[in-house]
Amino acid sequence: MEHFDAAPGGLTIKKREDSDRVIALCGNPNVGKSTIFNALTNMHQHTGNWPGKTVANAQGYCRHRDLGYILVDLPGCYSLQAHSAEEEAARDFLLSGSPDCAVAVCDATCLERNLNLVLQVLELTPDLVVCVNLLDEARRKGVRVDLAKLSGLLGVPVVGTSARDGKGLDELMDEVETLCRAPKVPRTLPPVDPEMRVHHAQWIADAAVSREPQNRSAARDRKLDRILTSPLTGFPIMLLMLLGIFWLTIAGANYPSALLSDGLFWLGDRIRDRFVYLGAPGWLTGLVCDGMYRTLAWVVAVMLPPMAIFFPLFTLLEDFGYLPRVAFNLDRCFKSCGACGKQALTTCMGFGCNAAGVVGCRIIDSPRERLIAMLTNNFVPCNGRLPMLISLITMFFVGAAGGLGASVLSSAMLVGLIALGLLMTLAVSKFLSATLLKGVPSSFTLELPPYRRPQLMKVIVRSIFDRTLFVLGRAASVAAPAGLVIWLLANIHVGGETLLCHCAGFLDPFARVFGLDGVILLAFILGLPANEIVIPLMIMAYLSQGSLVELSDLTALRALLVDNGWTWVTALCVMVFSLMHWPCSTTCLTIKKESGSWKWTAAAAVIPTVCGLVLCFLIANLCRLLGVG
Amino acid sequence: MSSTLSNLSPGQSATVRELSPGCPMRRRFQDLGLIEGTLVRCLYSSPLGDPKAYLIRGAVIALRKSDGDAVAVDPLPDAAPAPIIPAEQAVRHGAF
Repeated sequence: MEHFDAAPGGLTIKKREDSDRVIALCGNPNVGKSTIFNALTNMHQHTGNWPGKTVANAQGYCRHRDLGYILVDLPGCYSLQAHSAEEEAARDFLLSGSPDCAVAVCDATCLERNLNLVLQVLELTPDLVVCVNLLDEARRKGVRVDLAKLSGLLGVPVVGTSARDGKGLDELMDEVETLCRAPKVPRTLPPVDPEMRVHHAQWIADAAVSREPQNRSAARDRKLDRILTSPLTGFPIMLLMLLGIFWLTIAGANYPSALLSDGLFWLGDRIRDRFVYLGAPGWLTGLVCDGMYRTLAWVVAVMLPPMAIFFPLFTLLEDFGYLPRVAFNLDRCFKSCGACGKQALTTCMGFGCNAAGVVGCRIIDSPRERLIAMLTNNFVPCNGRLPMLISLITMFFVGAAGGLGASVLSSAMLVGLIALGLLMTLAVSKFLSATLLKGVPSSFTLELPPYRRPQLMKVIVRSIFDRTLFVLGRAASVAAPAGLVIWLLANIHVGGETLLCHCAGFLDPFARVFGLDGVILLAFILGLPANEIVIPLMIMAYLSQGSLVELSDLTALRALLVDNGWTWVTALCVMVFSLMHWPCSTTCLTIKKESGSWKWTAAAAVIPTVCGLVLCFLIANLCRLLGVG
Repeated sequence: MSSTLSNLSPGQSATVRELSPGCPMRRRFQDLGLIEGTLVRCLYSSPLGDPKAYLIRGAVIALRKSDGDAVAVDPLPDAAPAPIIPAEQAVRHGAF
């Protein structure tokens, strides 16, 4: 039985039973709200060491003793004074009366600032449990919090937790239960002047918190920051980090990719044999085995290994706390283009998935700068496009010989391509700031959180199950039907020619101008639902029999492409166009949802496409003029 | 010439004298606990010189020069003790 109870801010609370209590989790950004939420509800909200990961209200169910609880994970905010949409939503939700109790999560290492928000919550509702999280980290930093004293000063229950290790969560829920069962007493703090509140918070913190004056852990953070953000080493380390991640991805994915491909195509042949043995009609065998299965197999073999390596590596960096430092280093560049420094964070998220990057743009307060970030997110290649870029680099520029030199060279080229994407991000941001989205950069603050040791096993398990398999599942669900469509196109004859030839032939003259050909352009168009399937579609189209032959070996694939007129210039143009063309359909729909406008969605598709076409035109014609390629 | 937050060089500490009245960031700064009398320390500047990172009430916050300029500060000599906050002022607000 489900009960719906609409709360302001578009959040609908789904209760399983009438007796279920609603708990709002609020707090400053990056204090571990989502970690607590995940631990209590067994859900997998994205967590990471940077402020602003949780951008949407999530709700989950948790049972403690004999009561059910609906937990609502509110986005982190520094205050409830409603400067931004998130703060307004958090405030409205707390005021709406739907939560039976609120839990204010605080960071023990920086309690004073967190108390400022706690005091604001107490002005709205007296039903509050204060959860002082990250106690283990605070202990390492020489910070001690007197929880009993804090509780006495605040007049509400205070529980200490270390949510990453699951410590203190039972006690937290015990307090929540006590509060939910107690009769309600309307006793809120009188609203006060914000400056007075800061003094009040400081006074409480001074009374309840003691600090070691010199602490090694805090000093180590400062030292690390100085290395990662210094004028001398800041940028080289960023570059090396990127290079290192891609090198590990490329070198590590090589062998498993070949293995998977061999295995899947072997299995495909067996399935085909079975079809033939059972006397299935030729068209059915072709449709299922040559069309759907082979496209799917190709996508899995090419996509899975790089993703399974790239995602965990990226998550490790994210958990460590490196991303806000990237934003800190690059802010000057974004500022000079009229954009927000936090755009560096959303750009980084784009490496995983552009749709996620677009949603992440909510961390940018200024609507103008948020739109700029959304419109330019597609300039970083998402996980669906990285494997395609990697295979093209390997085939046409480095050679499939393998070895250390080859993988280093491949990663260097990939980094170069990504640098081009970043450059375009900045150039287009600047262009938008001067034209469609005129304005000056607005103010913003960026918190650089303490470094945290990533939980290695957790990261690996989480990134494989929550992200890799999710993205792969999406690609696979698109690959099979797309394989079907392309098989049909290649096998239905109209006027002596296949439909595929007609379509490709129609696009060909236009595509040639930009160094591409009709088949490539058709593959990109049909690849709208997922970029992962662009290469398999191209291969299928090139093969005269209209199905994917066994191309586990990149050398065989290269031969096929060269037979169809590819040169390194074609490969370069395809890579550039892959980096800059319309976003996949999921990303487009996300942009529509986030911007609320089809006009901006169209702009998000047109802008990168125009950039890509112009660059491809320049490359193709310059090479033609110089007589190379 | 009076000093602002953005003039501080890395390693230098200061107390906030005042936030310029028209500062659009006034309320944001309050949320971070950056008000008159707050002790801040400039930790480092980014590779391109702007923004700079400051230690504000235990948290490291990066601010752009244009925003830091709105905060007038009194630089402290090196290794000065933290300023004492008028405690009775805070107690007066305390509702408990």
